[in-house]
Amino acid sequence: MSTLHTILTVLLVAPLIGSIIAGLFGRQIGRKGAHSVTIAAVALSTVLAAWVFALFVIQGHEPYNASLYTWMISDGIKFEIGYLIDSLSATMMLVVTFVSLMVHIYTIGYMDHDADYPPENPYYQRFFSYISLFTFSMLSLVMANNFLQLFFGWEAVGLVSYLLIGFYMKRESAIQANLKAFLVNRVGDFGFVLGIAIVVMYFGTLDYQTFFNGLDAHKDDVIDFGWGPVSMITAATLLLFVGAMGKSAQMPLHVWLPESMEGPTPISALIHAATMVTAGIFMVARLSPAYELSEVALSVVLLVGAITAFMMGLLGIVQNDIKRVVAYSTLSQLGYMTAALGVSAYAAGMFHVITHAFFKALLFLAAGSVIIAMHHDQDIRNMGGLKKYMPITYWTMLIGSLALIGFPGFSGFFSKDSIIMATEASEQFGAGFAHLLLVAGVFVTAFYTFRMFFLVFHAPESEYVRTHDIHESPKVVTVPLILLSIPAVLVGWPMIGPILSGSYFADSIFVLPEHDVLREIYEHHFHGALNMVIHGLFTLPVWLSFAGVALAWYMYIKNPALPARVQQACPVCYRILENGYGFDRFNEIVFVNGSRKLGEFFWKVIDQTIIDGWMVNGTANLVAVAARNWRQLQTGYLYHYAFVMIFGTLILLLWALW
Amino acid sequence: MTFEVPNLAPALPEIVLLTLTSFLLIADTVWSKRCAHCTYWATQITLLVVGWLIVSSFTTQTVVTFDGSFVRDTLADVLKLFIVATSIGIFLFSREYLLQQRSYHGEFFVLGLYGVLGMFVMVSAYNLITLYLGLEIMSLALYAMIAMQRDSQKASEAAMKYFVLGALATGMMLYGMSMLYGATGTLELPKIAQVIASGHADQAVLAFSLVFIVIGLAFKLGAVPFHMWVPDVYHGAPTAMTLYLASAPKIAAFAMLYRLLWDGLQLALPDWQGMLIILSVLSLIVGTVIAVVQTNLKRLLAYSGISHMGFVLMGVAAGDAEGFAAAMFYIIIYAITSVAAFGMIIALARMGHEFDEIEDFKGLNQRNPWLAAMMLFIMFSMAGIPPFIGFWVKLAVIEAAVNAGLLWLAIVAVITAVIGAFYYLRVVKVMYFDTVEESKPAEPITRELGFAVSVVSGLLLILGLFPSWILDLCYRSLGVTVVG
Repeated sequence: MSTLHTILTVLLVAPLIGSIIAGLFGRQIGRKGAHSVTIAAVALSTVLAAWVFALFVIQGHEPYNASLYTWMISDGIKFEIGYLIDSLSATMMLVVTFVSLMVHIYTIGYMDHDADYPPENPYYQRFFSYISLFTFSMLSLVMANNFLQLFFGWEAVGLVSYLLIGFYMKRESAIQANLKAFLVNRVGDFGFVLGIAIVVMYFGTLDYQTFFNGLDAHKDDVIDFGWGPVSMITAATLLLFVGAMGKSAQMPLHVWLPESMEGPTPISALIHAATMVTAGIFMVARLSPAYELSEVALSVVLLVGAITAFMMGLLGIVQNDIKRVVAYSTLSQLGYMTAALGVSAYAAGMFHVITHAFFKALLFLAAGSVIIAMHHDQDIRNMGGLKKYMPITYWTMLIGSLALIGFPGFSGFFSKDSIIMATEASEQFGAGFAHLLLVAGVFVTAFYTFRMFFLVFHAPESEYVRTHDIHESPKVVTVPLILLSIPAVLVGWPMIGPILSGSYFADSIFVLPEHDVLREIYEHHFHGALNMVIHGLFTLPVWLSFAGVALAWYMYIKNPALPARVQQACPVCYRILENGYGFDRFNEIVFVNGSRKLGEFFWKVIDQTIIDGWMVNGTANLVAVAARNWRQLQTGYLYHYAFVMIFGTLILLLWALW
Repeated sequence: MTFEVPNLAPALPEIVLLTLTSFLLIADTVWSKRCAHCTYWATQITLLVVGWLIVSSFTTQTVVTFDGSFVRDTLADVLKLFIVATSIGIFLFSREYLLQQRSYHGEFFVLGLYGVLGMFVMVSAYNLITLYLGLEIMSLALYAMIAMQRDSQKASEAAMKYFVLGALATGMMLYGMSMLYGATGTLELPKIAQVIASGHADQAVLAFSLVFIVIGLAFKLGAVPFHMWVPDVYHGAPTAMTLYLASAPKIAAFAMLYRLLWDGLQLALPDWQGMLIILSVLSLIVGTVIAVVQTNLKRLLAYSGISHMGFVLMGVAAGDAEGFAAAMFYIIIYAITSVAAFGMIIALARMGHEFDEIEDFKGLNQRNPWLAAMMLFIMFSMAGIPPFIGFWVKLAVIEAAVNAGLLWLAIVAVITAVIGAFYYLRVVKVMYFDTVEESKPAEPITRELGFAVSVVSGLLLILGLFPSWILDLCYRSLGVTVVG
């Protein structure tokens, strides 16, 4: 094993070991032991990930594709565990480990007291065990060199997400939420598995590289589903994208993400904002050679992304729970990333994944800090005037918000602007419509973000704030905030050039020359990062975001009576938004009731009567009767035994000599 | 007449084993008073020395010596290594058990070593005489070992049954062998193969002899309808003995199966394949079904062992090298799992309380969660639940059967495996969901034994995560090239 191989293995396995120690021996090592061991493990991974990042991205090492071990071979298909490390996975590894490390540290402060559990319950250790396990799962997803491991990581992060949404297992709402997340993700994963199945069927491999190499030979294959031939590549990529829709919460499979906010805030930051939900984006970018071959798939991706970006942003306006506002902004930003994939601007999509990971983790953790100060009250109408009590949280949250709305110079500006420019430049079917939605989305984003910001920090102090002791959070909470705000501001500057030129992900993302909109922007419009910032001040998206901030200021600070009047003016609009376009209601009526009816049928008729009654119990009774009778043969008498042997001999003789 | 000294080198492990064991036999009479555990430790050292000898001279060639009656090849080396490894486990558990039961005698270990010698000879036998010799060396040691607890009525009865029925089966086998000699005019297995290939063998006599040979094999494996001794002997014999009986000799029996049916009678495949299919189906069904109603764990394991042998025979009945490799994989894992299962019973047994009723495992999880988890591993592995190794062996055998066109046999096997899951899971259910009325202690006799059980059970999981290792070994020792 080469040094690199060893380092990758240590990097991957360290969080798993931390998780096992904290999870299985939590009671023995205590709280301090649990957080020390997991933080040490993740810190080690972060350092190694930084080293890998330096090697692959900065020094431009050749992509490293090697298998760790072969799990099994069946029918000539190899099931392996291995690594494919290039600029794409190296970047994701660093982002994942860094954010995870920040969240680990932050959790010490956030999970300190918990009303849900008695003090002797090792919930604290369990929590650390889960987030370390998540880090391991996410790393194995990102580092995979084959579909099997991708799927393993995919399901493992889903599992941990499920466990953590339901972490407060005594709350009815938390259990509902994790069940919902689980079920919706089943739908996505079903598509995902089918997509992998097509790959295995047509390419006979699970390995990425072999799959990419075979694309040329198979690009004209068609599948007949019974309603006419469909391009095999289109079918496979669309099915895989269904998986991405589930994991990355694209409409209509987005319904689980807002409710995932029932989990503790560090988790919302790590899993439901920064890393896991971007797995779908990552997967599509990883498989870019396949997506490039299907115009249909790209258009679907583009439209789903753009619609999600705009519609979910609108819902953010009517939320009053601080975490839900941030959650809807996550949904909307995921839409931006997906739309970028649809116009073949994979690099821009990944760029937004990275900047978003930092500023969204920052926003969530800052929101968590506010929640700690508010003694776990999350309603923004009960807040107000918190600026003077919690200055660090205030400033870091401001940085996060500015990055989110794409204020020129902040990281979010670079990534979001390149996505918007890419949709403008693209000739993909639906690109014009998508561009319109994305530009409008900028205004919406700015509006709901600063609505929340003003209500929390600048509005007049509420009754609650005046009567309670509000103070800044402890250092373990504020230090991660400060550390995260650094990349939230700066990360865009050095990256924008290489991203647009295509040199950043040159070894991992494949774009057909006629699709390469980023290259076009780079050649015709890009004159350095500073220039882009200055130029940005004179473009429509930036002015729209300023307008959004101004409107928020006017409606919630200057003239606080206005929102209620707007609501009265159009009660229907409000109701539609309040109910989230009725997706939940629709699912309730069609899927929940429908599957209940179906389930009842299967249960009562198929299961209880036919399977249980006739087949299972029938067989069981048969076996029991046979057993009772046959055991009588075992009399214990030697001569009976000898007789059976002789009899057996006779039968065999007859059979053989017949 | 000149006397040529045969090439002794291939038989070096056997020679060393014989010498050391004979030395131990005499030494034990001197030691038994002064140094009670010397024989035990000397036994383990002997096995380690023999194991090391095999490893250090591990061969990939086929060497035949003693005038064509003894062979050393990769298969022989691999099987001998597994026999040595399981024997080390067997003696480890046996010592504690015998001490606990106050029936600790050095002879147990000496006889055990002679049994191992017999197995070695079986594994390396290349003509009918050597094969028979090995079989008898092993069997005589086993008869005596079962009967060693002289004051136990159950043990004496078990020994008696095993001896009489064993003599019957051996007689039939010997009869078959003499017929085979009559049909082919030679005792050497490769020459038998040549004669059959040349078409000079009398077909009727050959078929006749095959029946009796297969019966002898079936008896040793415990396949239905030659299985009647299995439950009584497993149940009646001291657990240490059952452990011995259920593990290493099965590996040797596989070797005998391979040497006779493949090295010697490969071309008579149409004649023996059908018989093995019959035996396999009967073993699968009868073993599984009767196991359902057992209340004693040793009896349960006896019947489930019968159905496991059904799986092994299914692999062999596939009638190609791949099938033999799958069967070999199965039987090696079966031997290891048996060590774990009976080792668990031994570890929990007390003087006067065998801990072999399923009832005894009630609520084990409350009393000793760690051992309950280990027992769970064993049961899951036997039931063939992934990721335990028991799943992979079933998969390998079933794959071999399907590839050989025996789809219906594979379906029967899968159905019986499902029924079989019932009684394994019942043990799990009893451990985890039933509560004990009075809190009986459930501590392993010694810490070391608890540790040893954990190691063997843990192995079932670890091997299950890296299943290709042993399978690959089996493929290579039978010269199968792996596809893909």
